[in-house]
Amino acid sequence: MSATTAPAGTTRGIPARQILRGAILIAILLLALLPLLNHLPADSAFRVSDFTVAVTGKWICYAVLALAIDLAWGYAGILSLGHGAFFALGGYAMGMHLMRLIGPRGVYGHPVLPDFMVFLGYRELPWYWLGFDHFPYAILMAMVVPGLLAFVVGYLSFRSRITGVYFSIITQAMTYALMLAFFRNDMGFGGNNGFTDFKQLLGVPLNTQGARAGLFYAALALLAGSLVLCRHIVGTKLGRVLVAVRDAESRVRFLGYSVTAFKLTVFVLSAVLAGLAGALYVPLVGIINPGEFAPGNSIEAVIWVAVGGRGTLIGALLGAFSVNALKTWLTSVAPDLWLFVLGGLFVAVTVFLPRGLIGLFRSAAK
Amino acid sequence: MSKPGLYMDGVSVVFDGFRALNNLSLIVDPGELRAIIGPNGAGKTTMMDVITGKTRPTAGTVRFGDADLTRMDEARIANLGIGRKFQKPTVFDALTVFENLELALKAPRDPWSCLRWALGGEARKRIETVMEEIGLSARAGDPAAILSHGQRQWLEIGMLLMQDPDLLLVDEPVAGMTDQETEHTAALLRRIAGTRSVVVVEHDLEFVRALNSRVTVLHEGTLLSEGSIDTVQNDPRVIEVYLGR
Amino acid sequence: MEKRAAGQPAARTIMTRILPLLLVLLFALPAAAQDAFLDALPGLAGGFGTQAEAVERLGAGGDARALPVLRALSDSTLRKNGSTVILPDGTDAATGRPADTAGAETVRINNRVRSALRGALGRLQLVSAHADERYAAADSVFRSRSADNVAPLEAAIARESVPRVKERQQLALAASRLVAADAAVKRQGIATLGEASSEDARALLLEARAANPDMTAEIDRAVASIDSRLTFKRAAETLFQGLSLGSVLLLAALGLAITFGVMGVINMAHGEFVMLGAYTTFVVQEACRGIPWLLPWSLPLSVPAAFLVAGLAGTALERGLIRHLYGRPLETLLMTFGVGMILQQAVRLAFGAQNREVLSPAWMQGILSLPGGINITQNRLWVIVFSLLVLGLTLAAIRLTRFGLEMRAVVQNRRTAATMGIRTGRVDALTFAFGSGLAGMAGVALSQIDNVSPNLGTGYIIDSFMVVVFGGVGSLIGTLVGAMGLGVLNKVIEPWAGAVLAKVAVLVIIMLFIQRRPRGLFALKGRAAEA
Repeated sequence: MSATTAPAGTTRGIPARQILRGAILIAILLLALLPLLNHLPADSAFRVSDFTVAVTGKWICYAVLALAIDLAWGYAGILSLGHGAFFALGGYAMGMHLMRLIGPRGVYGHPVLPDFMVFLGYRELPWYWLGFDHFPYAILMAMVVPGLLAFVVGYLSFRSRITGVYFSIITQAMTYALMLAFFRNDMGFGGNNGFTDFKQLLGVPLNTQGARAGLFYAALALLAGSLVLCRHIVGTKLGRVLVAVRDAESRVRFLGYSVTAFKLTVFVLSAVLAGLAGALYVPLVGIINPGEFAPGNSIEAVIWVAVGGRGTLIGALLGAFSVNALKTWLTSVAPDLWLFVLGGLFVAVTVFLPRGLIGLFRSAAK
Repeated sequence: MSKPGLYMDGVSVVFDGFRALNNLSLIVDPGELRAIIGPNGAGKTTMMDVITGKTRPTAGTVRFGDADLTRMDEARIANLGIGRKFQKPTVFDALTVFENLELALKAPRDPWSCLRWALGGEARKRIETVMEEIGLSARAGDPAAILSHGQRQWLEIGMLLMQDPDLLLVDEPVAGMTDQETEHTAALLRRIAGTRSVVVVEHDLEFVRALNSRVTVLHEGTLLSEGSIDTVQNDPRVIEVYLGR
Repeated sequence: MEKRAAGQPAARTIMTRILPLLLVLLFALPAAAQDAFLDALPGLAGGFGTQAEAVERLGAGGDARALPVLRALSDSTLRKNGSTVILPDGTDAATGRPADTAGAETVRINNRVRSALRGALGRLQLVSAHADERYAAADSVFRSRSADNVAPLEAAIARESVPRVKERQQLALAASRLVAADAAVKRQGIATLGEASSEDARALLLEARAANPDMTAEIDRAVASIDSRLTFKRAAETLFQGLSLGSVLLLAALGLAITFGVMGVINMAHGEFVMLGAYTTFVVQEACRGIPWLLPWSLPLSVPAAFLVAGLAGTALERGLIRHLYGRPLETLLMTFGVGMILQQAVRLAFGAQNREVLSPAWMQGILSLPGGINITQNRLWVIVFSLLVLGLTLAAIRLTRFGLEMRAVVQNRRTAATMGIRTGRVDALTFAFGSGLAGMAGVALSQIDNVSPNLGTGYIIDSFMVVVFGGVGSLIGTLVGAMGLGVLNKVIEPWAGAVLAKVAVLVIIMLFIQRRPRGLFALKGRAAEA
């Protein structure tokens, strides 16, 4: 069950690795071309539709979420079934900013309050909405809130040595509880309906080609940044301690490392990445609602990583893109089949393909 | 007294009414090599667990120098300079031999320092020396997962050496080793003991004899006898509970 | 969570029972009373003042024919054509023959008539032949609060034989006395109300307090006595609701306590096995429809059926997939989640996404009234009884049977058990089948109090795991205490925080609790727990 990691410092040149690295580079370059192709005239054979750009942008955000999950699960052995909560919290932070930017253009035309607040009879903004009219503050919150939640849940759990499936279930309960809470109208987050009808971001109207391209590149930049960051971390001694924690937690303790501190570090970092991914996801899809907290979403994201191959960063990316591509295609062709296929993926990848597509690729290359 | 010694007094551990340790007292002087023997269930492993912080004693005092070990967790105790080798060798399978040793090397242990850690020339030299000592130089780049059982034992001993502890707790180090390796291990432990305390738990009486040290016999969680291997072997109580039957 | 408005089917049955009775009465009525009824009737077609008077007279007459008329009046379904009063079914209220409805208009009433109606209807129903009807009548008289009710109530109490109805009538009498002119009668009323344990009585007294400054002391004493009883009643009802929720959790968690607690297999499809049990109940019920005498027993029949269906599904899952993943709990978790997804979707396609109705047999319906005004819905009581029964059977199976012995042996030391000739693979399969079967039985119980839909199980799975972890993995008694504890805790928090925040609060409390006792309430200690 131990996934092989590529330790830095070893100089075994595996051709398969280089092929993969090249493939990733080409894939990112191809992705970068998409918004440009969107600008081609409508009758061009190479024109990429608005829908494709938006959907691909969405997948890129999912890929960042997958990277975050892989960092915690694939490297440090922390299987969180609540990463969707961090993603959604990041999304809500951005959603709050976008709601503030609607300003008087809402249905009720209130200069400050979002429509749902006017509808619910709010007199003024709740205190926790203050500051969200500033973009940097919203981005900061998209990192701080998930990070803080991860810190609290992680600290309480890791300190009392809650590991393995117990931790998984606690995180699942966490996202479940948050979902219930966000469904409530009096939380001040729009209840059932969440936030939607966004108008603009950073002064650019959202429904333009330019805005879509901008968001797409922002997501791509986040993905590239996350990949570089994770790549760096797993190459350092910190990364090797994480792998050691995954494989023999108590032995790491007897070596004098505070396992709690290491797990907490990687879990919080992972939550922050997930939060950022969520923050970019919301303007791309134009809506955020409590459904994002559903436990099923988090576990689906875990399966992307498993399908791609956990414990390898490339695997996480591969999984996120391939499973979501399959989902987009299948839900339009045979929607009834999708849940069978997704459920089947869970079974297949755990029973028959524990190292995922990357494992398959590697053993084929050998 | 520059190096600390181990001091256990009246230590009891009770699991659900079962006394794994019963009023055990034991003193290991700085630099001493001590062998601990006893039949199964005598409390040897529990004693190690108490010293390394894995198990909290129900009653009693455990000190290492001035430090009260009963109040610390495993990591802090390890950082005090107490290293432990498990009965079943535990190394990090996914990491190479070199990386296993690098993780054990005495260095700041917090995440931030690990993130910024760069392997210096001196550290590399130390790792190479230890690899030489444990005979794994040729396997430096191999993941630990593919080592043989004996090689894993050696790797774990090597990790202990990297930790540079003041007290080594070694649980059945020669299980699965050839006679030659056993001899080598005994010599290694004797040599280490000059500069630091070593406590060895072992079943193999030949090996204990080769250690040429004071021997403590545990039985049902209490100290039964203590002295040289010959004294102990001739103690009628020891013969009754351990050797005689 | 509540399945359907409990009163609705009950009201329907009352109506079907009452109507034939009324018809019989219609033909057996004495001539004198007939006259009084016919005399008063045309007044209903007059002005509001005349109407109110007519209503009073109809109510005082005690004629059963007046009941449908007054009911129609109160529902605004009574029509008039000149001075003819027409019932909703188009018959002349006076003759019972079809009336001329051309140009008929609805009889409208004002508030004064409406309050007269309440009292009159109540008084009429006081003489009904059916206890539920009389109870409802006493209730409405209680609310109508008129000193005129004193005499009919006293007469009704003298005749009454059902204690529950009598108690209610006495309360209504007290309420009516409260507005009497005579101070002594009033005091009597206050004293009787003081022995009640209902919010209504309390509100009445507080109202009377403002109107009767000279009786403040007595009234305050009476209110205080009601309050102490109300507090007890509320506590008792909260406790019952908590135990009821707890028993549901217990049922859902018992199977998990076996598969997860004992075997260490984490089965996320457990909730779907519960769902399968609920659908089995539905299928058995539909199959029984063809055999009318069997229909009331379809629910008891479903219990073994659901155990079998879920147990077989469990065996298939364990033998087919889970056993390849022993020792890899995280993979097992993900895999079984996928299986749960497939099961859900399969049921959704087979039965449709909408809720399926599973009826409660008559013997499980209704409300049980305990002394002190504590009301308990019977189906929830049955669920509690059922859950304890299942727990008892489970304990017996584990402690007393050969299978239980082998199971415990395999759990404690697989290798030794194997060398003693126990076929560990078979024991694993049977244990898992047993735990899954328990989930199926939980589904039968849940079909009685929750919607039977494909995602029935998802709502319970997290709670069930919490119960097992909270109670202590591997301890069935811990599961019992955990389930009941969490159920009661939930219901205690609910009045302050609302249902959703109560759930959130309970989750937070569990997380904090695990800090103090990572191994749960009833933890296995010592060496066995370390392994």
